[in-house]
Amino acid sequence: MKFLVNPSKFNKVADYVFLPVLILSIILFSIGLIFSFYLSPDDYQQGSTVRIMYVHVPSAWLALLTYAIMTLYSIAGLAFRIPFGFIINTAVAPIGAVFTLICIISGSLWGKPMWGTWWVWDARLTSVAILFIIYLIIIFINLSFENRIVREKVVAIFILVGSVNLPIVKFSVDWWNTLHQPATISKLSKPSIDPSMMTPLIIMTFAFIMMGIAIAILRIKTEIISRKSYLS
Amino acid sequence: MSLRFQRLLLILLTLVIILSAVLLILYNTRENVSYFYTPSEIDKSDIIINKIIRIGGFVENDSFNKISSSSFKFKITDEKASILVTFEGILPDLFREGQGAVIEGAFVDKNIFNATNVFAKHDENYLPASIKEDLQNTGYWNKKYK
Repeated sequence: MKFLVNPSKFNKVADYVFLPVLILSIILFSIGLIFSFYLSPDDYQQGSTVRIMYVHVPSAWLALLTYAIMTLYSIAGLAFRIPFGFIINTAVAPIGAVFTLICIISGSLWGKPMWGTWWVWDARLTSVAILFIIYLIIIFINLSFENRIVREKVVAIFILVGSVNLPIVKFSVDWWNTLHQPATISKLSKPSIDPSMMTPLIIMTFAFIMMGIAIAILRIKTEIISRKSYLS
Repeated sequence: MSLRFQRLLLILLTLVIILSAVLLILYNTRENVSYFYTPSEIDKSDIIINKIIRIGGFVENDSFNKISSSSFKFKITDEKASILVTFEGILPDLFREGQGAVIEGAFVDKNIFNATNVFAKHDENYLPASIKEDLQNTGYWNKKYK
């Protein structure tokens, strides 16, 4: 597992893994989209609009997952002085921001016909909007410091401070009255979703994960190369 | 204790402190963070006329009345208390009796709530339309959802 903390080992593993991951993501997306458009049933209330969920939910999960990964790497970078942690932070932040944006846009497209409004300021939607703003600030801090060592530390500390938003996003629907519905798949034993709708959701989630990994590999490798030229 | 674990401890401690500070703030402002009140949370004696609030609950069964093509009268309930609502405008697709809804507006007097906005609330259950028919045929359908 050394490749998770060591840039040169990461490069070697990434060269092996990149093409299979990319192909797998394309295959999963094809299967997942066929499932979500043709092979999954209409919902008893929402009709066809339920299909937005197959994009909305995976992107929301991945927005949170990306941030959680950045938090772990910030701790590794600050406490254990692992420079690879800062490389990950710089490379991955825009990916998380895009997932959050996809989540927000697909959510409002669903909200207009279902709730009757594009946007409301309830706890879930607001905390996700804050997550998006935090991602933007991370990207901007990354662009704004001349001194790389200072910049890396500021970014990592900001990521750690922003990570308190993660449990708030996750549990907002349980702690407060919100217009957003509570989690459907919170208990593994019996989720309140039919298997025929669960299948496309799971496939799309893995497709999103694979695509995320493929883009992340490209960005991390670029970041490693740019730092090498920076040092020499 | 090595230096790196001191740093780790410092980071974790800081995170715990920040998180508890944020949660304390949110806990003490929970009335404002919550998007709506439920009908039983509204104390009849505390009602402020013409103050804009949001109320969420279910549309009570057999309470929906169409006065004209764009004005409606219904009751919002949480099975402990219910509130009479009048509304003029366009209702969202999901709006029906037994369905969750959030209404925005103000009390015009102690008993009548005049809504300016109506949002339908969707629950966390997803079910294919064909299975709903099966359930209805076999009599296992939960009547609360229409």
